[in-house]
Amino acid sequence: MPDYTLRIRRYNPESGEAAYWEDHTVQMKSHSSVLEAILEVKAKQDGSIGIRCSCRAAICGSCGVRINGKPGLACNTHLQTAAARGAEGTPITVEPMGNMPVIRDLIVDMDAVHWKKIRRVTPWLINKEPIPEREYIVPHENMVDVTQSMACIQCGACVSDCLSMEVDPGFIGPAALAKAYRFVGDPRDAEHYERLKDLSEDEHGIYDCTHCFNCIDACPKGVAPMSQIMRLRRVAGSDFEIEDRNNGHRHERAFVKNIKRNGLLHEADLLPDSYGGKLHPRAVPELMQSLPTVMKAVARGKVTPAKALLHEHKAPPEVKQIFKTIEARPKREELNLYVSGYEDAEDNLDVAHVPHTDEPTPLAPTYPVPEPPTESESE
Amino acid sequence: MPSHDVLIIGAGLAGQRAALAAGGAGASVAIVSKVHPIRSHSVAAAGGINAALGPEDSWESHAFDTVKGSDYLGDQDAIEIMCREAPDEILYLEHIGVTFHRSETGHLGTRAFGGASQARTYYVADITGQAILHVLYEQLMKHHERVDRYEEWFTTDLLRDDHGHCVGAICRNLRDGRLQVFDAKSVILASGGAGQAFKPTTNGLIVTGDGIAQAFRIGAKLMDMEMVQYHPTTLAENGFLITEGARGEGAWLLNAAGERFMERYAPNKLDLASRDVVSRAEQTEINEGRGFPDGTVALDITKVPRKRTLEALREIVNIGRDFAGVDITREPIHIRPGMHYMMGGVKTDSFGETNVPGLYAAGEVACVSVHGGNRLGANSLLDTLIFGRRAGEHAAARAKGMPMPSTPGSKLADVEARIVAIIARPSGGRRIAAIKDELGTTMNRYCAVFRDADGLAEAHEIIRRLKEEAPKASIDDRGSVFNQDVIAAIELGYMLDVAEGILVAAQERKESRGAQFRTDFPERNDAQWLKHIDVSVNGGDVPKVEFSPVTITRWQPQERTY
Repeated sequence: MPDYTLRIRRYNPESGEAAYWEDHTVQMKSHSSVLEAILEVKAKQDGSIGIRCSCRAAICGSCGVRINGKPGLACNTHLQTAAARGAEGTPITVEPMGNMPVIRDLIVDMDAVHWKKIRRVTPWLINKEPIPEREYIVPHENMVDVTQSMACIQCGACVSDCLSMEVDPGFIGPAALAKAYRFVGDPRDAEHYERLKDLSEDEHGIYDCTHCFNCIDACPKGVAPMSQIMRLRRVAGSDFEIEDRNNGHRHERAFVKNIKRNGLLHEADLLPDSYGGKLHPRAVPELMQSLPTVMKAVARGKVTPAKALLHEHKAPPEVKQIFKTIEARPKREELNLYVSGYEDAEDNLDVAHVPHTDEPTPLAPTYPVPEPPTESESE
Repeated sequence: MPSHDVLIIGAGLAGQRAALAAGGAGASVAIVSKVHPIRSHSVAAAGGINAALGPEDSWESHAFDTVKGSDYLGDQDAIEIMCREAPDEILYLEHIGVTFHRSETGHLGTRAFGGASQARTYYVADITGQAILHVLYEQLMKHHERVDRYEEWFTTDLLRDDHGHCVGAICRNLRDGRLQVFDAKSVILASGGAGQAFKPTTNGLIVTGDGIAQAFRIGAKLMDMEMVQYHPTTLAENGFLITEGARGEGAWLLNAAGERFMERYAPNKLDLASRDVVSRAEQTEINEGRGFPDGTVALDITKVPRKRTLEALREIVNIGRDFAGVDITREPIHIRPGMHYMMGGVKTDSFGETNVPGLYAAGEVACVSVHGGNRLGANSLLDTLIFGRRAGEHAAARAKGMPMPSTPGSKLADVEARIVAIIARPSGGRRIAAIKDELGTTMNRYCAVFRDADGLAEAHEIIRRLKEEAPKASIDDRGSVFNQDVIAAIELGYMLDVAEGILVAAQERKESRGAQFRTDFPERNDAQWLKHIDVSVNGGDVPKVEFSPVTITRWQPQERTY
């Protein structure tokens, strides 16, 4: 069995000392988990290392940590996988999750952050009345659909590396919003609209997510919290037509319109469109407000009046085709791995989405890749 | 000082259900758990929950299957209660939001399970325990005014007053090491089984028999302790569970020659015979050389349509991939019997009351006894919920007519001193992990699917020795904040008490019934052994053994074949 060195982040609030790194070397099988290695260290070398753990099988959600920089469960991260993330011969670093205060060693205060946010989304079913004598009759598909968010084990890995939360600690965040989808997607719940209105209007709500995909990468259970957030947005914006005061929905629509027309992002249109168009009363003060920024950009040659007003780039036919295909669908298709299975390449049950795997998906582009955007057009 | 009508220890399904029931009945309730409630091991229950809810089904049929599954050791009055009340419990769960999977008509869907004459297992993919546990916790968050939650508080002792009544508990806040007395009119133990006394086990590291040992130490009787369930499908290397739902969905068991060997052991039910039957069949195949070189047989899930596996057995797809490197949708996976569940526990009546006034128990910590010699798959979730609720309601009613008892004051100082002594232990003793490892491997070697007098005696001797070593085991952590070392030292003592209880009962029962198969007494012997074995504390000596009758209402013992 090979030797593995774990570099564990230690912290004991009673010691009065700052956190520090401590190395432990253990002999383990390469497909053993990082948790098994930590337990081996605890058993044979130092029983004082603090880590929450129980099931060892990625079900209880206790052992969320960061391993060589990546959040996840210690119990389902293999040593060889963890080691491969770092340079050869370097120790495997294990540290507490981010975005939450550390209590001791690898143990973080989930109640102060994670659970507080869960409680924010009214995390229980508000029954549709009348409650039937027997069960609610609901489509099987809906129950399979919400199983993806029910599969969340509340480990906090997504919260740990949520970039929006790092910038805005008030952000309700990926885990809690995935939990919210569990009710919005549940036909037995009476308050879909109220829930969505609430989460749209909250400036820390569904439109506070910046699509960084960190939560999808972090999640050990395939819950894909960001996908659930996007679904909340679609239901809020498209189905309930909730026009939130954060302009989140209008902004998304402006993006789509912009790409459909230009094929590329054209920011001079994006801003007014997000407020309902250049001449909309809502847009005028916003445009006025942004004038100093525009002037500065013009002065520094980042943008020219001609570029700002004229669209030199038009959407190529391939982009138009994408819109045509999607808009021609009789109903919206949702990514749901319980329905599709993400290991599938050949028989993924007609769900036309890009499957999520640990490896980058080799997608052969069927249309010419556009030139990289020029500086003035990029965000 | 926290003071409640009902104090619940343990926050898995039984504990949370008890809390909701007691709170709903108007009692003031506290629920204490050494882990966050949703980390409780109920979360790992995969396959589903049984109830005779379908139009073609009847509670009598469910009850008979359970009685037969128990090898006639289950108490039939309690089994009748459980099976009668099961349909309403499923509907309660459905109404509070459990996302049970549906049939094509949108009604609750079922899957087949072992030892059952009907497909009556309701399920949420293969995360049924998780789904129910999380939904109950949603309700605890909703009803936070009714139920005070103490998350990550470890119970060290149950408290008795001068009359011998249980009047509360002492718990340690893991976050700062503070000890606290919890006064209560009644205490409900819901702290689960003791799987960690075995190695390997499907059970989580937290499942250390705390409640069984705590109750035993204050004089509660333990019953059916010899009945330890080995689940037929666990991974060879680490003991992880592959749900029975896999066979329920159509997977086959095969030996190394590719033969469907269950045809020889259970010609009618095949892979879906009772767990004890299937586990023995597998172990026989392995022992007689028809298994694989790694001491396993194979579970072939490729028999299940791939779409169905991905939708309904996703968790074991993950487990196969992450922990065995096998894509179960494409190739068979190697499995063997592994320790899974304790049918035995703290002896209770059908309201969860133990022989210690004021002390209740529900769930795996308890023995009602609805499982007798062998539990049917998907009856444990049902057991936790039905008897959790009944205990909660009963304890709430009991609280109405009585004043808050006063706890004996000196006890807190005693416990404090004991913990200080553990933390101050000189190093040099054996390591806790080493003792625990020897305990687990000993139990798994001598007290597993096949047992005999010599092996059990040998194991008992080892456990007695470990009991002497444990109080001197080394401690590394001298702190107060999340000192997991001191908790492990206390848990080790609990596991050793439980292990001894198991071994005493297993040596006593000189017959083969349910999960207890004695190679030296291979037949069931109703004339002498159709009775429960109760064990209770006897100072520091080997526990005392007594017998109690099995309640038989309408199903006389018959020969048991599947």
